[in-house]
Amino acid sequence: MDNRILKDESNSQILQALMADTDISIDDALENEMILNMGPQHPATHGVLRLLLRLDGETVMACVPELGYLHRGYEKLAENMSYMEYIPHTDRLDYTSTMCNNVAYVLAVEKLAGIEVPKRAQYIRMLMAELSRIAGHLIAIGTFAMDVGALTVLLWAFREREKIQEFYDKVAGARFTTSYTRIGGVAADVTDEALAMIKNFIDNFDPAVDEIEKILNTNRIFIDRLEGIGVLSKEDAIRLGVTGPTLRGSGVEHDIRRSNPYLFYNEMDFKVPVYTEGDCLARYFVRVEEVRESAKIVRQTLEKMPQGEVRANSPKKVLPYKTEIYTKMEELIHDFMIVNFGMNPPVGEVYSAVENPKGELGFYIVSNGKGSPWRFKIRSPSFCNIQALPTIIKGSMISDVVAIIGSIDPVMGEADK
Amino acid sequence: MELKEVIIEKLNGTLKGAVLEVTDFRGDLCLTVAADKIIDVCTFLKSDNDLEFNMCEDVTAIDWAKRKMRFTMVYHIYSLKNKFRLRLKVNLEGETAHSVSSVWASANWYERETFDMFGIKFTGHPDLRRVYMPEEFEYHPLRKEFPLLGIPGSIPLPKK
Repeated sequence: MDNRILKDESNSQILQALMADTDISIDDALENEMILNMGPQHPATHGVLRLLLRLDGETVMACVPELGYLHRGYEKLAENMSYMEYIPHTDRLDYTSTMCNNVAYVLAVEKLAGIEVPKRAQYIRMLMAELSRIAGHLIAIGTFAMDVGALTVLLWAFREREKIQEFYDKVAGARFTTSYTRIGGVAADVTDEALAMIKNFIDNFDPAVDEIEKILNTNRIFIDRLEGIGVLSKEDAIRLGVTGPTLRGSGVEHDIRRSNPYLFYNEMDFKVPVYTEGDCLARYFVRVEEVRESAKIVRQTLEKMPQGEVRANSPKKVLPYKTEIYTKMEELIHDFMIVNFGMNPPVGEVYSAVENPKGELGFYIVSNGKGSPWRFKIRSPSFCNIQALPTIIKGSMISDVVAIIGSIDPVMGEADK
Repeated sequence: MELKEVIIEKLNGTLKGAVLEVTDFRGDLCLTVAADKIIDVCTFLKSDNDLEFNMCEDVTAIDWAKRKMRFTMVYHIYSLKNKFRLRLKVNLEGETAHSVSSVWASANWYERETFDMFGIKFTGHPDLRRVYMPEEFEYHPLRKEFPLLGIPGSIPLPKK
């Protein structure tokens, strides 16, 4: 054992946690154990995840994930600002699929305030959320392939993702930090031009996924590095509360879009991909199939999208359009009241959860009737999924660790909040 | 009979006096549970064959700042079988709560987060460490008295 590290950090609770569990014993690997710090700046740790690994030779005996390098206090911030003001902050949670977070947040606030949203707005939200899921999964697949050594797929995945960001630019005015939804609707209607672009993209999308699948699924190295690696059993997955593709890769058919439908997902025809193996390969397969299913939903929303308003008619709670503010006195007053004093939902508490690319994103809001929430809690999927890492990693080889992290696909923006 | 009624009836039948209050706001069923009964209630809800609340989605706390019972623990649990979510609440006398991580392993990190942010201690927790803040940090940021801008000097900066 490296005595120097232990001496310096003899009181460190992290290290104590790492050394606590010693029930794995491997015969004489190198006759000693080693502490290895992986991250927080390791390229495979998706930003700032730090893993403390206790190694016996090349085998990982224990792993302790350490978070907090990015902690921005988003819950504290939310409790000190109005409901409207918080929308841009939701972009910074899971920054690979911003629209999904926007939608999740406003759904929670609308549930709390009891706002009916027009049908067209809901369809636009669904369309954007699914495009966002595709964009998020493309990053997951691309970086995952890169983690195990395939760079081409990363470039191809990013090429497709760029096109989705073009739509963001068209509808929300920003490529990355979209902040597109509003409480009671969306910021602006989608133009026919943007819809035509999306249709064109989705028509050519399946061949692009085929291409990615062809290069990965026929690659011996890719398969061998993932098959049977990082197995998470069904029982463990439920016990550890993982959600999203990680849960479905372990054989649990749970997708909030199906089990507790929101927006109009109950009218959509799509499958929930489930694999029973629970290894890294299964999680990769789940993501690839989900991308195809999302494309299917996008196609259906484009067909069924109704005409009409995109913001609810509830002047005390929903911001008026900018064009009206400049021409009508009433709207100007309402805008002033909402921006300065906030919209005041009734006293109460709600929990609203949606299915994000990474898993279940839930918002728990306690309102005391004032303009800002009294308590605001984000149930972020990555935080909960990272909790399963020690269980999955234990007993695998050091080179598998990067593959396992990639297969969980954590985004530290929401794990650390 | 609706599932909501089944849950309440079963709990009242098996664990008398455990459920103190039932609220239903915007479709979210919420049960306030006596602080010393929380483990029993959770174990029952998880193991009962009709209910099977086998996933713990979230554990957090509310700081009421000026109330006599200052902290309220909040648990969100989910039944994969019934596709139903239930909220449990426990009003705490002091700053100590019972850990439910023996019932759901996933509560481990959620309780660590609550400990880190609110300073609530959990009896029976296997590994109560901070999650986000540094180990030597003395404060609990989500308490209402902690200022939004932070406390100067609370995290030492690198020496010049």
